[in-house]
Amino acid sequence: MRTPIAYFLLLAGLLFAMGTVGVLINRNALRIFMSVELQLNAVNLTLVAFARMHGDLTGQVLAFFSMVVAAAEVVVGLAIIVTIYRSRRSVDVDDVREMRW
Amino acid sequence: MPLDNVVFWVFAPIAIASAVGMLVMRNVVHAALFLIVNFGCIAVMYLLLDAPFLFAVQIVVYAGAIMVLFLFVIMLLGVDRDDVRTERLFLQRPLAIVLAVGFVAEISVAVRAGVGFATLAPAGFEQLQPAGNAQAVAEVLFRDYFFPFEVTSILLIVAAIAAMVLAQRNVRAVTQAELDTVADPDPVVAP
Repeated sequence: MRTPIAYFLLLAGLLFAMGTVGVLINRNALRIFMSVELQLNAVNLTLVAFARMHGDLTGQVLAFFSMVVAAAEVVVGLAIIVTIYRSRRSVDVDDVREMRW
Repeated sequence: MPLDNVVFWVFAPIAIASAVGMLVMRNVVHAALFLIVNFGCIAVMYLLLDAPFLFAVQIVVYAGAIMVLFLFVIMLLGVDRDDVRTERLFLQRPLAIVLAVGFVAEISVAVRAGVGFATLAPAGFEQLQPAGNAQAVAEVLFRDYFFPFEVTSILLIVAAIAAMVLAQRNVRAVTQAELDTVADPDPVVAP
């Protein structure tokens, strides 16, 4: 493999930054959620890149666990979003203010 | 130019462009489709990093299952209206972009200091996995991380039950006392 590991890390950093921007500027809960998925994927890419760099499969196993937990997180999160939409016909996070101080 | 370099420079711009597309698309469905493209590109990166098992898992779990779930919920909640894009907080969007640029700069400095821009991955990764990547990952998973693996299965079951409970219609549980009251609307008080 002739591609430096740093390129993958920089790509992951860029994707993570874009996910962060998505979380910060959006108000639609679904879009925020998709941006969080992008962040998770960027971190997974970092894990796999470091696994390749150190010649250790633990990073790949950790990325695998991360995917499994992300799947569970998506299921519960989308169920919460559906419930919120049902109670107030909106997925705008500014409308959910009951627990705001 | 080695082949994996070519593959990287083809798919990395696509990954970045699809992430930008996800951010700027006004329609949520288009954003989700761009995210699927991005996940596909990341799967190709896994392939470049000698992780074919994670490549398959990424395609099946992320681009397949999770994004189908996302699209399903988007359709369920209605896609006919586009998002309003008015800023409700002062300077929110410029500040977010400035912070992201700062983050990328910070990551670049950290990668340069910690890994180095020219460090190639050491050869001999294939010798660690004589029977293929899937079997090597399985050996690590089931030997060193067996207990976390089992805990993950509990997590998945709990998540599935939680999703069913959360997304179900509001059907209140009826107690036996209420059933008795309905069955016997005029109870006779014992003397």
